[in-house]
Amino acid sequence: MINGISINYYLLLSAVLFIIGAVGVMARRNSIIIFMCIELMLNAVNLLLVAFSTLHNDASGQVFVFFIMAVAAAEVAVGLAILSMIYRNVKTIDTDILSNLKN
Amino acid sequence: MLGYTITQWLFGILSFLSIMFALMVVFSRNPVNSVLYLVLTFFCIAGHYLLLNAQFLAVVHIVVYAGAIMVLFLFVIMLMDLNHDNEPQKTWVTKIIAGIAGGMLLCVLVGSLKGSEQLGISQYGSSQIGMVKNLGKVLFSEFLFPFEIASILLLAALVGSIMIGKKEIK
Repeated sequence: MINGISINYYLLLSAVLFIIGAVGVMARRNSIIIFMCIELMLNAVNLLLVAFSTLHNDASGQVFVFFIMAVAAAEVAVGLAILSMIYRNVKTIDTDILSNLKN
Repeated sequence: MLGYTITQWLFGILSFLSIMFALMVVFSRNPVNSVLYLVLTFFCIAGHYLLLNAQFLAVVHIVVYAGAIMVLFLFVIMLMDLNHDNEPQKTWVTKIIAGIAGGMLLCVLVGSLKGSEQLGISQYGSSQIGMVKNLGKVLFSEFLFPFEIASILLLAALVGSIMIGKKEIK
């Protein structure tokens, strides 16, 4: 229990958010939306890390979340640079068209 | 109020809102709307962090995600001129298969969590570990080396994104 909320609810919420992100990755064609769904999945995991860190009264989990945020920022910068380069060359970011690397 | 405390009400409302906004991220046609719904989802998750007494992470989450990353997304969408409602969609078969796969994954996760009723120790009361002072002490003593490595990672990402993103010089 954290402030009267069982950890199981946090587990459920994180699972639902993660799965919404996973379904978004599978069901959308726009690369940027896929990117945003990956961010959503990262955030679901972050939320669970913070919940368990509060539950166990251990600050390591929150430091982990901090590092995950740093890595996510780096990942988004590189990924969006790659996407904009692809858009400049191919004029689309549709994953069904970009299904083979050598075009 | 129906036997629930304020914290539980807040948790329920924030959970509902974050799941709704996350669904809207996936289902909205316009990429700009998706980005804005994702910002709202991030605000809800920051609210969850506040409920968990992780003030530092809540502020960092809003500043980094809603302030920096989402603005970057919006910029790229505007630069690529994707602000349309009629972008090509996947076929219905793919969407249905994606939904079924997600539902099955949810079933597996919920089923595996169902058996584990008591997970570890339970701490009551308000913990102070999420405050800036406490987290800063841990970050700059125990995790100093990973912190420095993270700065190198950010530098590498900076250089890499500039190298990838610039026009090719011939």
